[in-house]
Amino acid sequence: MPVDSFKYLPRIIGAFYQASAGRPELPIPWTPLPGPVSGCTFGLVTSGGLYQRGVEPPFDVERERREPTWGDPSYRTIAADVQLGDVGASHLHLNTRDMVEDFNILLPIHRFRKLVAEGRVGGLARRAYSFMGYQGFPPDTRAWQETYGPEVTGKLKAEGVSCVLLTPA
Amino acid sequence: MPVLARTLEAAGLSTILVSNMPFWAEAVGVPRTLAVEFPFGHTLGQPHAVDQQRRVIEEALVALEEAQAPGAILHSREAWPEPPDKALKDWQPEEPSPVMAVIRPRVMELMRQRRRSPSQE
Repeated sequence: MPVDSFKYLPRIIGAFYQASAGRPELPIPWTPLPGPVSGCTFGLVTSGGLYQRGVEPPFDVERERREPTWGDPSYRTIAADVQLGDVGASHLHLNTRDMVEDFNILLPIHRFRKLVAEGRVGGLARRAYSFMGYQGFPPDTRAWQETYGPEVTGKLKAEGVSCVLLTPA
Repeated sequence: MPVLARTLEAAGLSTILVSNMPFWAEAVGVPRTLAVEFPFGHTLGQPHAVDQQRRVIEEALVALEEAQAPGAILHSREAWPEPPDKALKDWQPEEPSPVMAVIRPRVMELMRQRRRSPSQE
């Protein structure tokens, strides 16, 4: 059965999405997989608004409360040796309870450490990255495309990453 | 996040996006997508459900290896183990996000306009 994109959306948001979606800009980018995933070093990137407690600050949701049509475009870095309990979440559009309880539901660092140990994947970058998915209304993703996306790409490549698992929230 | 998938892919990384909204993956043109019918904020499963998380990740790895052309969308076999109405309620924040006060009247107006001129859809 194909996945129903609107199953878990309040009707008002679903109606807005359906009225505002366009057609993709072509061509769609494509980087062929360099080989089997057992030889690939992976990077993990989410947009769940996660951050490492005591290392970096939360996303700027206080400004969003003052300016509801603005969303923080920056990103946070999370070390791959992080433990449960070390990760917080700042995202005003989601209930963050479960992702704080176990960040692996968005940033599967512990699952991938096991996959590396088993040889299923080639490696895991020492740093994972988190954005916060709400990029304003109407959405403005220029900072992601022009500044922060390329910055994270550069950092991933510097660690030898060739494959990236992306998990929107 | 679909635009980030495009940004990273265009810069030379092979990406797989796991998303409960293949609608957006298609509209934006994401290189490779595994669609999962899970509630928002729970892209890979439930907290501490290690086996469930592993199954979704395995599907994502297979999708990454098997996607043949840009825009590929594969659909997960996993089902969310809780009733839909509970899941719909549980993922939402305890108080509506600040922008809802801005969006609500605009969406109502948009829907009124569409009802008035259905031929333009």
